Amino acid sequence: MKPRYLIIGMGAAGVSAAEAIRDASAEAEITLIGDERVGFYSRPGLAYYLTQEIPEKHLFPFGKEDFQRLRLQILHARVVDIAPQEHYVTLHDGRKLAYDRLLIATGASAAQPSLPNTKKLQGIVKLDNYADAQDIRKLSRRARAAVVIGGGITALEIVEGLQENGVKTHYFLRGERYWGNVLDEAESRIIENRLKEEGVDIHYHTEAEEILEKRGKVVGVRTKAGQQIKCSIVAYAIGIRPRIKLAESIGLQIERGILVNEFMQSSIPDIFAAGDVAQVFDPYSGQYVIDSLWGPARLQGRAAGLAMIGEGVPYHKGVPFNVTRLAGLTTTIIGQVGSGADKDLVGIARGDSETWRQLPDAIACQQSFDINHLRLQIGNQRILGSIVMGDQTLSQPLRHLIARKANITSIKDSLLMPQAPIADLIAAFWAEWRKDHEI
Amino acid sequence: MTLRNYLRRETTRRQALVKGYVVPDSSRCVQCGICSYNCPIGIDVRRHAWVGSPVKDNHCLTCGECVDRCPRGVLQFERTNIFDEKKFKLEDKK
Repeated sequence: MKPRYLIIGMGAAGVSAAEAIRDASAEAEITLIGDERVGFYSRPGLAYYLTQEIPEKHLFPFGKEDFQRLRLQILHARVVDIAPQEHYVTLHDGRKLAYDRLLIATGASAAQPSLPNTKKLQGIVKLDNYADAQDIRKLSRRARAAVVIGGGITALEIVEGLQENGVKTHYFLRGERYWGNVLDEAESRIIENRLKEEGVDIHYHTEAEEILEKRGKVVGVRTKAGQQIKCSIVAYAIGIRPRIKLAESIGLQIERGILVNEFMQSSIPDIFAAGDVAQVFDPYSGQYVIDSLWGPARLQGRAAGLAMIGEGVPYHKGVPFNVTRLAGLTTTIIGQVGSGADKDLVGIARGDSETWRQLPDAIACQQSFDINHLRLQIGNQRILGSIVMGDQTLSQPLRHLIARKANITSIKDSLLMPQAPIADLIAAFWAEWRKDHEI
Repeated sequence: MTLRNYLRRETTRRQALVKGYVVPDSSRCVQCGICSYNCPIGIDVRRHAWVGSPVKDNHCLTCGECVDRCPRGVLQFERTNIFDEKKFKLEDKK
């Protein structure tokens, strides 16, 4: 009998796994189950759909013919139960599907803020998926003002999306700056100032206490300090929670996500997990870490697919990095750059990595010129992390230097001098280093 | 940016336009589709980024629209190796 591979989730991880299985086996029976009507789309692309930089139909990287070429069976359904002993899953309509190997790639969903009414009212939005993005676009057609609560990349995506659609946006920060456990103060200020220039109203030390309603619709927010702000949209992005309900119900080992080994294998050997839902073993730090990033989701999906088919090679978590646009400024975040907690987030957000907050003792050096900003976190002999804002010339070199743990002792003293030209120093170092390292 | 740097960059850009093609760095790409959407002749640049292959499409105008529009710096011009570059360099030096 042909081996049956069942994949729950149609995001980057699920689709990559299906591709990997098909690459390795022409005869495998592959079924992808997605609970969203629209199937596979670019989740990060939703940000650009909100700002109207791309039309809806361009959010889909794969066309019908691509799925046909891969010979995948695609089901729009919700899995409600897994029977690990008997090897089948039950769908919402009662259908049962048998499998030989199962991949859970269900992703993550937005954490709920502890405010009354957050689910019921019209005008309360988050940005998890396609439907949410459509909601925001639809609501913003009529809305005059909105309040955004939360932190990280998603909160800004919503803020900028709303503002771009002509909605006056109030952004609430519980503390005194944006994304305090990843960005340093200078970087937070760069972003905040750019937001203000765009017309966003940032409210520091502000926490929502109650969402005001009228006939089932949002009409405003009352803050803990007693201030009332009129708005018809309240958006939240206070972090994400891996969707582990199914895994929990069958007793898989779980911490924050599904614990998997280097082969993406869970505590039940023929069940695998990848993407935002997986908490992956990192042999370098000895810890299990969650990345909510497109790149790692693809790599993990691929690793899982190959392992499911018996051709697994260990997945070694690379240095997590993300390129994103914060308040219109291209920003690359690489490696360990911050630490501690951020009052606006309950965990990590989308486009985020737990590793970014694992900065041990390190010295920071930085340089700003024009709208560009560069920060390095210097450890004993190497660079542990970096943030590159604006000009991206150095982001690729830095990614290699950080991932390959390049020994920078020769330029360390110069880097740490006051007002050191660190961009030039790194560029020169890179030019020499790459000659010896085949890049 | 100093004038010299600007001119140098502009020269590199022009050279790339003539002799290069667009090369994606897949690890930065999130498949948002802005590149494909903005390609004036409809090349699916995004697919090249998904599979990690240079845009070696005969129709590519090397107009740079996708390179400039990509919000994540995925795309770059690189010089082609269709001709023996080393040979050209030697000749240049002469």
